[in-house]
Amino acid sequence: MANSTTAAPSLKARTGSGVALPWRWLGLAPFFLFALLFLILPTMRIVIGAFEAQGGGFTFQNILDLNTDSIRSAYWVSIELSVTTALLGGLIGFGMAWAIVFGNLPKRLRGPLMTFSGVASNFAGVPLAFAFIATFGPAGMIAVWLRTEYGINLRAYGINILSYWGLVATYLFFQIPLMILIITPALDGLKREWREAAEVLGATAWQYWRMVALPILFPALLGTFALLFANAFGAVATAYALTGPQLNIVPIKLFAQIRGDVLGNPNLGYALAFGMIVITGIANGVYIWLRTRSERWLK
Amino acid sequence: MTAFLDLQHLEKSFGETRVVKDFNLGIAKGEFVSLLGPSGCGKTTVLRMIAGFETPSSGAVIVDGKDVTGLRPNQRNVGMVFQAYALFPNLTVAQNVGFGLKVKGVGKQEAEARVAEMLAMIGLPQLGGRYPFQLSGGQQQRVALARALAPRPQLLLLDEPLSALDAKIRVSLRQEIRDIQRSLGITTIFVTHDQEEALSMSDRIVVMNGGIAEQAGSPFDVYNRPATRFVAQFVGTLSLLPATVTDVAAGTVSVAGTAVSGLALPPAAHTGAAVSLALRPESLRRQGRPGDASLSGIVRSVDFLGSVMRTRVEAAGEMLAFDAFNDPALPPPQPGDTMTLHFAPDSALVLPA
Amino acid sequence: MKKFAAWAIFIFGVVYFVLPLIGMTEFSLKMRRGVYSFDAYFKVLADPQFQATFTYSIMLALATILIGVLIVVPTAYWVRLKVPEARPLVEFITLLPLVIPAIVIVFGYIRMYNTSSVLPLTGSAFGTDILLTMGYVTLALPYMYRSVDTGLRTIDVGTLTEAAQSLGAGWVTILGRVILPNVLVAVLSGAFLTFAIVIGEFTMAALLNRPAFGPYMQILGANRAYEPPALAVIAFAITWACMGLIQLVTRFAGHERAKA
Repeated sequence: MANSTTAAPSLKARTGSGVALPWRWLGLAPFFLFALLFLILPTMRIVIGAFEAQGGGFTFQNILDLNTDSIRSAYWVSIELSVTTALLGGLIGFGMAWAIVFGNLPKRLRGPLMTFSGVASNFAGVPLAFAFIATFGPAGMIAVWLRTEYGINLRAYGINILSYWGLVATYLFFQIPLMILIITPALDGLKREWREAAEVLGATAWQYWRMVALPILFPALLGTFALLFANAFGAVATAYALTGPQLNIVPIKLFAQIRGDVLGNPNLGYALAFGMIVITGIANGVYIWLRTRSERWLK
Repeated sequence: MTAFLDLQHLEKSFGETRVVKDFNLGIAKGEFVSLLGPSGCGKTTVLRMIAGFETPSSGAVIVDGKDVTGLRPNQRNVGMVFQAYALFPNLTVAQNVGFGLKVKGVGKQEAEARVAEMLAMIGLPQLGGRYPFQLSGGQQQRVALARALAPRPQLLLLDEPLSALDAKIRVSLRQEIRDIQRSLGITTIFVTHDQEEALSMSDRIVVMNGGIAEQAGSPFDVYNRPATRFVAQFVGTLSLLPATVTDVAAGTVSVAGTAVSGLALPPAAHTGAAVSLALRPESLRRQGRPGDASLSGIVRSVDFLGSVMRTRVEAAGEMLAFDAFNDPALPPPQPGDTMTLHFAPDSALVLPA
Repeated sequence: MKKFAAWAIFIFGVVYFVLPLIGMTEFSLKMRRGVYSFDAYFKVLADPQFQATFTYSIMLALATILIGVLIVVPTAYWVRLKVPEARPLVEFITLLPLVIPAIVIVFGYIRMYNTSSVLPLTGSAFGTDILLTMGYVTLALPYMYRSVDTGLRTIDVGTLTEAAQSLGAGWVTILGRVILPNVLVAVLSGAFLTFAIVIGEFTMAALLNRPAFGPYMQILGANRAYEPPALAVIAFAITWACMGLIQLVTRFAGHERAKA
């Protein structure tokens, strides 16, 4: 206590004068320099490139050139994939978090589940694809087991891990745990008194969730959804290792374009990347907008 | 008279621990009853069994002649105010108060009228559009009270509603809650660990300890005629002096060599039994009256509490607290002074040692 | 009813998560016909390519952690102590890598630092290594900053600094000897997480054409059958170890604090 009273005036004295301001900010120079060189300027380079004609000069042509069947469908599949995995991952992750917080499961399940979620949410990319191929692939454990034990050929039923739904199933392996990691603390934040107050006022469990709990969780749910969406939308490695370079989603198309200009127009690559920024940007813009709308009741 | 709320042989165990033991209580319609006791005495568990949050291990909760023991909380039509922060943060004050009406499917116009009526009752008619975080603690608890009362419950349960508030607001809200309760005539159970709250608000107090009701009675009874040593010590300040019974018939005990007669002895007392002579700080006086007993001791400390001066006097090897009204004309006693204190024998209690 | 639903969804989740782990482990042991063996693992571990790329990625991860700590700790400290008004801006920047896909960032690097630019980092192997490391620092930035900032929240930065200053300590001493030890757990947590992210990273390494572990795994996956699941098991073990270490340091710190 004594310390804080002596510290306050001395800090003020140092920061009070007008000359002191730039000096204080100078302490952040390394960070801003790093962010500028390796985050902001490279991104700006993409944005500028998207509006640059091949010989130089401003143009909208690159953006217009995105409007081909193949690129349109790539964006569409990417968005669909990201929305699907974010929704499913969010839903299942929420269910598991609910089960562990409110489902009266043994308390000792919680720690391992949280640790495992930390591991699984980071176990993305190439090795994850290998794990799914080894398990659900044509020569994988499940397929072999079904074939030898029951004579069921999964291929014949159109079940193929190297497909859109195979990709969805694989992405869920990191989307669900990410949801669990983020939403569990939010569920812990729901006070017991809120549920009891609602109950004693005559509300059913469903009325409590609809009118109180879900509105309170809404900002957290929304934020997690935006994060899960961006997480899936930008993912390259898992899809690339699972299905190879021919899958028509934006990040893989961009990957191929950067490696070998498959589109035959280097500036179209910029436009493709710019489109990705715009979409994740919109997703987060919508999130921020909805969040400020839904948080009027927060301090 | 049949009780409106009847608690019959309530028992509750959590695992091996019995939190509430054979608890019986009948409460008349419109009565304000406090459950008073230290934390962990089982008072909150009793309240939660009435609300339906806990199922009794055995026994029954009867409301208005109907056994509600097996009913869910949302089927019981009771109102409850929690210790703190139980307002729904995402709803405005008006929406909070109207919550119970909305889930019951009350029509919009009727609900709005009822909400306005409730907000007027708690004296916050203009705050309907605010969110809970924009209110002070006292305002939040008043809104919580309005929310609990809006659906016209048959019972009002108050779970330490004042203990998270500032001292000043606590006292004013006490009065306000009691006034509203009286004007509505609603049967109310109030759980508290604060004896002052219980004494000032209740028609009846149930003092609980270790899951058992030690005494039930009016504030006057509980304070002046405590049934057990625990009640005597928990309610109000009490100085205990070791004493020996010397004459059962005359009600005489000996305290540090001084004989005090005319006392009401506990029924089991016999000559030579060790007992405690219990004295309230306000029953001691410096000027004796005819028939008074007296004790002498040395002043150890003097605390000035404003209207009252509390002096601690060491007598018979124990500390004796003594309250006197502040008199600017009299010089306060000094530590080290010798002081003689007088008391009427019928104002003293004799408790089993 | 509620408990049944809880168990049902929990068990569904466990089955979904455990199956691929069993699947990859089982597959990785099947290299020798008819019996389970560790052949795939021996083959992978003996591969000089594996050793080279794995070592390379470890070096990159260590460099990433070092640079990340050097950038993040002083920045988070300075923001808390001296420039609180910069907090929203700094936090916004640290969260950008979660919004801008890694592939876009690395695309920007390739075009901005190409051989005909002012800073032709991609012109040499060492320059590209630096670029890749910086890319990894960027990827790790959101996690590192949050971790350290949360750690700083639990200590009274102002008082600690004033106390050190009154004893005559300079800024380097304050940061290195006073602040860093107090947020060591947070820094270590961030470091292990960074390690887990960097060690198997594919996109940036592949596009910058560096011989890292991620691209090696991908190439092996395209050409072999039994080695890839063995690699997956190894990668999973590394991730698990990193998370386990985070738990360990956090718990250890809890005990230390409880004792004090």
